[in-house]
Amino acid sequence: MAASIDPIHQFELKPLVSLGHIGHQEIAFTQSALYMFAAVGVIALITIVGTASRSVVPGRMQSLAEVFYEFIADTLHQATGDKEQRFLPLVFSLFMFVLILNMFGMIPYAFAVTSHLIITFGLAFLVISTVVIYGVMKHGTHFLGLFIPSGVPKPLLLIMVPIEIVSFISRPISLSVRLFANILAGHIALKIFAFFVAQLLLAGAWSVLSPLPLFLTIALTALEFLVAALQAYVFATLTAVYLADALHPGH
Amino acid sequence: MAQPNPLTTPPPGTDTYAGKGEILHPAAKHAFPPFESHTFLAQLVWLALAFGALYYLMAKVALPRIQGILHDRATRLSSDLDEAQRMKAEADEAGAAYEKSLRDAQGKAREIAQNTRNELAAEAETKRKSLEAELNAKLAASEATLKGRTEEAMGNVRTIAGETAAAIVERLTGKAPDKASLDRALDRTATAH
Repeated sequence: MAASIDPIHQFELKPLVSLGHIGHQEIAFTQSALYMFAAVGVIALITIVGTASRSVVPGRMQSLAEVFYEFIADTLHQATGDKEQRFLPLVFSLFMFVLILNMFGMIPYAFAVTSHLIITFGLAFLVISTVVIYGVMKHGTHFLGLFIPSGVPKPLLLIMVPIEIVSFISRPISLSVRLFANILAGHIALKIFAFFVAQLLLAGAWSVLSPLPLFLTIALTALEFLVAALQAYVFATLTAVYLADALHPGH
Repeated sequence: MAQPNPLTTPPPGTDTYAGKGEILHPAAKHAFPPFESHTFLAQLVWLALAFGALYYLMAKVALPRIQGILHDRATRLSSDLDEAQRMKAEADEAGAAYEKSLRDAQGKAREIAQNTRNELAAEAETKRKSLEAELNAKLAASEATLKGRTEEAMGNVRTIAGETAAAIVERLTGKAPDKASLDRALDRTATAH
């Protein structure tokens, strides 16, 4: 009985097909990988199959694809002011990937891929690598101007530059932990409150109290939908803000 | 040595994937799944594959297509608006042309009416003048006739007066007056008046 309520159980990876080992690490096709490819499939369905007719008056799927596109293009343009929208494919892919994976996590009994730190860190690392590599390629050593705030007196730079460097290094960590922690905490809270309903129902006279956690679970579910969408948006917006540094390193 | 089954035999020194679907004991040897580092490499490989595929699809197919759709719609809208603008200008032009032709026709009609009126008036005037002249001529002729007749009548009066005077003188004197003295007498009486 107690075992079945373990709120951590939902985050376990289940290998579906094992493909062998690299060193001591097993490479298996897990449900996590399946969800990721399913997300790619859903996004392709919306943005490629849905827009196949290229109609001037869009249908439902095409409208959805256009709404997502314009939303991300606007966000990116506001953050970077980049007319060519060089990073649009990256930010759009990140937003859609995180959004769809978060939404998959909201399906009962489904697995939330973004509740694994390594996944969110992988995405955040991709963002920061893009910023650093593009910044250095485009601006060379001038990219280091990112760490020197303009208009600051020389002595203060001794303090400011290390702070800027630390804040830059903490970006991938905060970006990945924010998403991971939000999804993880939300799912644990949902699981615990939902379990209270079942436990109270089995507790004799106390069962009259069982609607209380039920309402809480419903409210939390709504909140988690909000969090799922919001975290995808936050991830995309912060990515755009960081990419703006790669385009214009001078403060 | 046979290859160990990866699904059942964990590599030495690592945890296996937790549970393989079994129900976990809270006190199980498994760590918190998101922190099980031996799964990281595999997860990153799948992430790279899935996200790489997604990025490729978005960058090469989806986004250019959506961009094209939005661009087509924008150009279509602006061209439709231009077309509407052009048609409106044309309609305005046609309206102006109609107004102008209407004004022209009205002007022409007014002109024709004025001309006709003037012509008729002139004709009436000439007719009136010729009639007046005719009447005047007739009047003058009548006056001349009247004058002639009066003079004739007055002449006859002298003759009658002469004859009468001659007859009276002849009766009184028995001798007819000569013509010259009669004329003198007549002239005297005529001037005495």
